[in-house]
Amino acid sequence: MSVITQETTVDTRSSWDLDPVLTVEHLTMRFGGLVAIDNLSFNVGRGEITALIGPNGAGKTTVFNCVTGFYKPTEGRIVMRHGPGRQKETVDAVTAGDGTWASSPEGAVFLLERMPDFEISKHAKVARTFQNIRLFGGMTVLENLLVAQHNKLMLASNYTIGGVLGLPRYRQEEKEAIDKAVYWLEHAKLIDRADDPAGDLPYGDQRRLEIARAMCTQPHLLCLDEPAAGLNPRESAELNELLQYIRRAHDTSILLIEHDMGVVMEISDHVIVLDYGVKISDGSADFVRTDPRVIAAYLGVEDEEIEDQPEIASLVVEALGEEAAEQAGIEVPANVDPAAVAELAESSTAEQPRPGRVHPGVRPGGMSQPREQGADRLTIIQGIGPVNERKLNELGIWHFDQIGSWTKEEIVWVGSYLAFPGRIERENWVGQAQELARKNKAGDGE
Amino acid sequence: MAVVADNRVADSLRDAFIAALLVAVLGFFFLALRTEIAPGGLALWTRWGLWFTAIAIVFVVRLGLNLFFYKANRPAGAGTGRAAKIASKLPDLSGWTGTIMLIVAIVLPFIVTTFLPAQQRQFIDLMILILTYVMLGWGLNVVVGFAGLLDLGFVAFYAIGAYSFALLAHYLDFSFWMALPLAGILAAFWGVILGFPVLRLRGDYLAIVTLAFGEIIRVVLLNWYDFTGGPNGISGIPKPTFFGLEFGRGEGNFAAVFGLPYSTIHRFIYLYFIILGLAVLTFIVTNRLRRLPIGRAWEALREDEIACRSLGINTTNTKLTAFAIGAMFGGFAGAFFATRQGFVSPESFTFIESAIILAIVVLGGLGSQFGVVIASVVMIGGMEMLRNLGFLKGMFGPDFDPVQYRMLIFGLAMVLIMVWKPRGLVTTREPSAVLKEKKKIGADLVAQGEGH
Repeated sequence: MSVITQETTVDTRSSWDLDPVLTVEHLTMRFGGLVAIDNLSFNVGRGEITALIGPNGAGKTTVFNCVTGFYKPTEGRIVMRHGPGRQKETVDAVTAGDGTWASSPEGAVFLLERMPDFEISKHAKVARTFQNIRLFGGMTVLENLLVAQHNKLMLASNYTIGGVLGLPRYRQEEKEAIDKAVYWLEHAKLIDRADDPAGDLPYGDQRRLEIARAMCTQPHLLCLDEPAAGLNPRESAELNELLQYIRRAHDTSILLIEHDMGVVMEISDHVIVLDYGVKISDGSADFVRTDPRVIAAYLGVEDEEIEDQPEIASLVVEALGEEAAEQAGIEVPANVDPAAVAELAESSTAEQPRPGRVHPGVRPGGMSQPREQGADRLTIIQGIGPVNERKLNELGIWHFDQIGSWTKEEIVWVGSYLAFPGRIERENWVGQAQELARKNKAGDGE
Repeated sequence: MAVVADNRVADSLRDAFIAALLVAVLGFFFLALRTEIAPGGLALWTRWGLWFTAIAIVFVVRLGLNLFFYKANRPAGAGTGRAAKIASKLPDLSGWTGTIMLIVAIVLPFIVTTFLPAQQRQFIDLMILILTYVMLGWGLNVVVGFAGLLDLGFVAFYAIGAYSFALLAHYLDFSFWMALPLAGILAAFWGVILGFPVLRLRGDYLAIVTLAFGEIIRVVLLNWYDFTGGPNGISGIPKPTFFGLEFGRGEGNFAAVFGLPYSTIHRFIYLYFIILGLAVLTFIVTNRLRRLPIGRAWEALREDEIACRSLGINTTNTKLTAFAIGAMFGGFAGAFFATRQGFVSPESFTFIESAIILAIVVLGGLGSQFGVVIASVVMIGGMEMLRNLGFLKGMFGPDFDPVQYRMLIFGLAMVLIMVWKPRGLVTTREPSAVLKEKKKIGADLVAQGEGH
């Protein structure tokens, strides 16, 4: 029986299956009775940007912590390959033995689940960033990047002895380390702040510094935990640029967790969707976008509700094709043809919510048309995706200030309407909207 | 332009004021107070006139230099706040201030023997004591200040160093110079032994286990009667020799070989230079270490241990090296203590010693080597000065015994310093690597590490 089983729903000729830099197989992580990840398998393609997405609590960060050694997985195998191809023989040989890694002509192979966290970074060359930024706040930006080159410099200083004696080799290597830090500072657009303490940087700069610091370890795989969280659109764009550069100019594969679907769809080659610790979809960005299971998970709707909601039904139809949808028992809207479906999905007709569904709370007031300067891009608010934006537009909500003025009852109503109660408060849509409305106003004033 | 000029006057005034303040503090012990042997004990004279004159001279000269000679434009408000501005004037020891302080330290015993022959022994003894604590402070600074691991049992390594030398001398007839490196190595070894169990501990738990370790060492020394002599201690520890020359009277000894008239003070001056050398060595090594990858890893560990591990730093080894290096300097200081006293007993290594060393580090500002020097002078020198505050008798009546209030005054002073400067006297951190411009880092950004 083969150890490796493919669970991907796309064809097996995908680039990430043929040449994976990282393979996660049957990964299970239990905390006491709670199963955070259940039998998860996926591949991360070499030189590609792979996104791991899923609703809150789906187990994405747990996967990261398993891959980077911060958690020991309950079960499963995590293989990191420095060389091309699957290298099945080498991997099996290491698995059979007690070792953590093996070198092969193509490049070393590592079993990450057997290695302690710092060795994963040091030897297997997997670097990571954190959801809540973890910089060395009291050290300068430059020092942060030098700490990242610790192992190389440690060797150059003869494990401190040569360094204390002031041997020239260490001085030379330190100069090189500073050069490398400068290189990354330039690409992260932080060179002017090199001598400032990291804790003093604005949020977006800190995010980029954390990535630059991770890159200073010369990783083969870079794991980014929500790199765009809390960034404004401009910072988000700078981040995308940096990630694209890393992919283009270095042989670094990227695995990222992201909530912002805009970022995910724009830069990822490969998307894996988790829900409750189980993989529900795996494929290209386009494939995942139209996967009904993904849509259902993201909107939090039950299966029977898919029928209730024509937009989702259309997406399902689009994704599965008419026959499959009919087999699944979804009633196909009579007038459906692909062009119309696309139009339906794109357009934001001010359709009233279906009568008969009663939501608790108070329905917020809306406007039939956006104001003359045009509707605001509601997707800028963290947590609002294109689907929610459309649904809000259907309610007659076009502007930040409208969201900013929601009362408690109205939030309850909208939460129920969008089928994820509590999330609006958790993600502080109202606060974000007020902030954005203020910025808009200030922008108009100039 | 007018603004710049105003700033210059204001800055120059402030700078001159700080200089005068420094003179006031330093000069208080050397100029304002003077002790002389009088019938029935020491008599304390005060020379306030001289003291005030010195302060005034420094203030005027410094102000004049600032205004007309340096003409430095320091734009006010360019710094990141008042604390940063003051701190940028507080020098670090690797620059010219360090050199000047070293020169002063070298000539000080000769000044004392020339100008204060009556109390030369007392003063040199006090300076030796201060330097011992400077060295201990710098050693502990590695563990607490750099790596951010609160160590309440540092005195254990001091004790291990002292007893290593005492036992080696007692059983194997080792001389001081042979035993000194061994004492450091043994203390470092025990530092690693202590390090292992506390690796996984954080916060208060770390502090309590290190506290226990300090007590365990003391209690073992106290009760292992056959080997360590128990509470009686070990006496007859050899004095250090100067390239084989002893500091005694007669032929073939130091004074005779160099053609000097014999004086007991020679040995004290020699001890002073030994501890000065050891302290300078400690400074050079710890200062270098801070700029090496290991030192940066210590500081990174203090800032964020998880981030360290994500960057491939072996935090176990990093913590153990911090404990070992700190302990090693503690061991050197301990060996010196043993040779200076000629006698060691567990009495000398109680918890209060750990507390004083830690207080020096905390008061000086965690991680600041300059702060340790100031804090040692203030704490050790100040505490000794408080022993003879005869003039307080004049204020509070003849029944007032200042010695009994010594600790009270001392405690009050510490509370005041901590209220005034909660993060220690030197609150800024010096970056270990600079690309273009060296900027000091305010204490509010620097993490304190575990157990604070």
